[in-house]
Amino acid sequence: MSSASFERGYHAFKEQIDSSVAAYFQSCVSCGMCAEACLFYTETNNPEYTPIYKLEPLRKVWEQEYTLWGWLKSSIGLSRKLNDDDLKQWQHYIYDSCTLCGRCSMVCPVGNDIVSMIRKAREGMVAAGHAPEGQIGASKRAVTIGSPMGVKLPALQAQVRHIEKDTGLTIPFDTEGADYMVLLSSMEIMNFPEYLEAIARIMKQAGKTWTLSSQAFEATNSGIQIGSTDIARELVSRVVNAAESLKVKTVISPECGHAYTAIRWEGPNLMGRSFDFKVKHIVEVLDELRAQGLLKTEGFEEQRLTFHDPCQLVRRGGVVQQPRNLMNMISEDFVEMPDAGMMNWCCGGGGGAAAIEEAEELRTQAFMCKKNQLDEVKADALVTACANCRIVMEEGLEAYDMDIPILGLTELLAEHLVEEN
Amino acid sequence: MNYAEFLIWVRGDAFHWSLAIFIFGVTLRLLEIILIGRKANLAEKRGSGVAGGIRTIFTRFMPNQAVLPRVMHTLVAGYVFHIGFFIVLLFFAPHVALFEAAFGFGWPALPNGVIDFATIMAILGLIAVLINRLRNPVQRMLTGFGDWVAWFVTLLPLVTGFMAFHHLVEPYPLMLALHILSVELLLIVFPFTKLMHTFTLFLARYYTGENAGHRGVEI
Repeated sequence: MSSASFERGYHAFKEQIDSSVAAYFQSCVSCGMCAEACLFYTETNNPEYTPIYKLEPLRKVWEQEYTLWGWLKSSIGLSRKLNDDDLKQWQHYIYDSCTLCGRCSMVCPVGNDIVSMIRKAREGMVAAGHAPEGQIGASKRAVTIGSPMGVKLPALQAQVRHIEKDTGLTIPFDTEGADYMVLLSSMEIMNFPEYLEAIARIMKQAGKTWTLSSQAFEATNSGIQIGSTDIARELVSRVVNAAESLKVKTVISPECGHAYTAIRWEGPNLMGRSFDFKVKHIVEVLDELRAQGLLKTEGFEEQRLTFHDPCQLVRRGGVVQQPRNLMNMISEDFVEMPDAGMMNWCCGGGGGAAAIEEAEELRTQAFMCKKNQLDEVKADALVTACANCRIVMEEGLEAYDMDIPILGLTELLAEHLVEEN
Repeated sequence: MNYAEFLIWVRGDAFHWSLAIFIFGVTLRLLEIILIGRKANLAEKRGSGVAGGIRTIFTRFMPNQAVLPRVMHTLVAGYVFHIGFFIVLLFFAPHVALFEAAFGFGWPALPNGVIDFATIMAILGLIAVLINRLRNPVQRMLTGFGDWVAWFVTLLPLVTGFMAFHHLVEPYPLMLALHILSVELLLIVFPFTKLMHTFTLFLARYYTGENAGHRGVEI
């Protein structure tokens, strides 16, 4: 990121454009429906937050570099060329006001996958040096320290010792040939160690072998969020190398949305090859164990629960039914928020947005959509399967003086495990 | 040049040239898209990309329920225009005769009363589209010069056709010539504006649906 320049950014935009991007820009009829799907527009009524408008820089590059008509227009001075000030201005649109949630891509009548283009546009922004400080910091820490929050192996080992002492269970490191290699997000290590404890107990009950890797325990991928293929590839390759050297059958992406997208969908494309192991989200694994009768629970939560679908899990990952199967195992009063499932509203802080300090006010404003959803169902507690959603929503609830606890689905299931003592 | 000669020119040279520009332009624009290419998706698939792509071509004709109340105006205006326009274009008896002459096969035409109604539907739809575009701050911001041009050249053939059919302007050969001329204007402008969405939306939907289908996402 040190040698960033407008020219490098322009070149990166150009590199990112493929047939799909060209078809999308050519097809857009400026109907504005994408705005109506975007929480940053619906909660602010600011037209500048219209998803397709956030892509103006990329559109300009496409028009001038990939169409004869656009080239002619700019040659005779009918259209203005992209410049560095444009990119400076667009940083707010491309990062602060987009969580890569993908609702826009669901509603476009000509079928444009708008969010996929935002992801691509970020590559150009990084190369041009117009990425947010907060995300640059997180990416640097991820590359140099191994975690966007700066969590190192000793911190994880300390948490592991605590959990082992509390539960009497063993948390294995670097076990070759295990059924599962479990990844974590820094957020889980620091704020929600209950997750790791829950995994240990569930795996024991299911009779599955599993392991952590001392080489690669961090699943979140700041490279995907900021939009840097180089960083994303480096972070994914650590996981791939660890999984392949340990010869595990499946890598489990933690309760995190973007980590799943990073490893499951972008990972092989970043590495340029398919993997020797499978990649599954923890919710997929838990639902498989349930279906095989290996996940046995007892008792029901009496309080009214609702489930927040992480964007990357539903719209970008196709994991919709699994968490509902699991919720029904342990909840008597499970209610769905309006738009739950495929069209669930984003927490407001995905795609790295939560790391952008200067966008906090906007995030709080956008959280109104989640507040409205919650007000509708009057749940006693909110369950989710993404540690980032969880943190962002905790902040949002606090900002609006809402007293609703948020629970991780995995730890909630573990609380109801049938265990032999 | 008298009216008859004007009509002959409009039907002859002018028509052939504008059609040539249309065909060349559309082909160029489609090639500009397709020739860039796409990288293969190496992620292990959970569903069929091809099936997802084909499915999405059809499913996107229907609005997404979650935003429906917020986009009702745009949606209704758009549908009223498109349906009216295609009925007139494809099922007015003289149009069918023209297609038959060009392709060697035709299809049954609709009664003139239906065509009349469809024309008015299309014109009112376009007017509603324009009102939305002027009132809705998002659409107004997104709309560029080319979009206004596209709107205008789409409206012209509908209005001139309606006027010719009802003999609102005499002599008839002049009005008919003006109608054909307006269609030629549409053909020439078409490849260089968002009117291209007529063809490219199928590509866009396929690409999006293919990626989603590969991931096992039902969109």
